[in-house]
Amino acid sequence: MSATAEQHRHSEVPNFTPVERAIINRLQTGLPLTRTPYKDVAEEIGITEQDLLGHLKALLANGTLTRFGPMFHAGEMGGGLTLAAMRIPEHDFERVTEQVNRFDEVAHNYRREHELNMWFVLATETPEAIADTISRIEDLTGSPVYNMPKEQEFHVHLHFPI
Amino acid sequence: MNLPATRQDQNYLFDTQSISAWGLLRLREQLENGLPLAPRPYLTLAERTGLTEQQVMQAVSQWQQQGLIKRLGLVVKHRTLGYRANAMAVWNVPDDRVSELGKALAASPVVTLCYQRPRRLPDWPYNLFCMIHGIDRNRVQSQLQKLVHEHRLEDIPHAVLFSNKAYLQRGGRYVSDR
Repeated sequence: MSATAEQHRHSEVPNFTPVERAIINRLQTGLPLTRTPYKDVAEEIGITEQDLLGHLKALLANGTLTRFGPMFHAGEMGGGLTLAAMRIPEHDFERVTEQVNRFDEVAHNYRREHELNMWFVLATETPEAIADTISRIEDLTGSPVYNMPKEQEFHVHLHFPI
Repeated sequence: MNLPATRQDQNYLFDTQSISAWGLLRLREQLENGLPLAPRPYLTLAERTGLTEQQVMQAVSQWQQQGLIKRLGLVVKHRTLGYRANAMAVWNVPDDRVSELGKALAASPVVTLCYQRPRRLPDWPYNLFCMIHGIDRNRVQSQLQKLVHEHRLEDIPHAVLFSNKAYLQRGGRYVSDR
C-alpha cells in the first residue's frame, strides 16, 4: 500500500487529528487560572471536558507531551543555571560526552556544528555550585569549559504551531 | 522560597487563612509532576498538600507574577511536534545595542529563546543568543535570513550553530529529585 509507505517515510512529522491540533495549539498559550480550567478551555475549543482530559492523557501516554502544567523558571528558583560549551576533538567526542553526561548537574547536552562543539546546560542547587561543577568537569575531561551564564533574558512568546 | 507577601504581619495562631510554608513546599513538589488531569485540578492539589483550593490558586498566581512559573499550560517536546531543526543563532552586537536588538529578535515568532550572554574572547566573540526551532534546516535558514534582513543585521558578525544530536534531555526538576 503506497499510502502506508508514504506515511512511513514521513513518520518524523506526526499526524495529529484536527482536535489534537486545536488542543495543542490552544494550550500552548496557557491555561486560565480558574477552578475548572479544563472545562473552560474545552468550551472554547468546542469539545467536552471529558474529551479534552482524554486527549491530554493520551498525548502524555504516547510521549507527545512529557508533562502538563506549570513550567518553573529554573533561574528564579534560587539555584544555579548556566550554558556551557567545550571544544572536543572529534576522536574524543564519545568519551567526553559520556563523562560530561555522568554529572547530575547536566540537564541538556547538544552536539553543535562549530569549533565549540559540545553545548550543555548546568543546573545546580546553589549558584555557587556552578563554578565547582565546572572545575570538576574540567578536571575529569582535561578540557576547558566556557561558562556563558545568562546576563539578560528577552521575553519570547513560546509557541510551536502545528 | 518566596512566600506570598500576605504571609507577613499576621497572627498565625488564629489566622486560618495563612498559607503554611510546608504546604507551599509540598505544592511545588506536586506541581513539578504536572497539573492533575482532573476536573478540579487545584482542589486535587489542595487535598494532596493540606492547603485550600483558594490557597493553591493564590500561590500559583503569585508564582506566575513573580516569574517563578514561566507558563501554565502545555510543556511540549518540540521534536515530537515535528520541530526537528534546532539552531542557535549568535551575534556579536555592540554592547549598547544588545537590549534593543534582543527585544526586537525576541518579538519574532520564530525565536524561541533569546539571551544576552558574556563573550569569551578570543574564542567566542558573540554576546546575543537566539534559539530557533524549526521544521527543517532549510526553513530555519530562510527564517534567519528574513530576521537578518528585517532587523538590518547584515553588518553584525554572526554564526549559526545547528545541533546534530541531542545527547541528553533531562527535564529541569529542582525539588523532588534532589
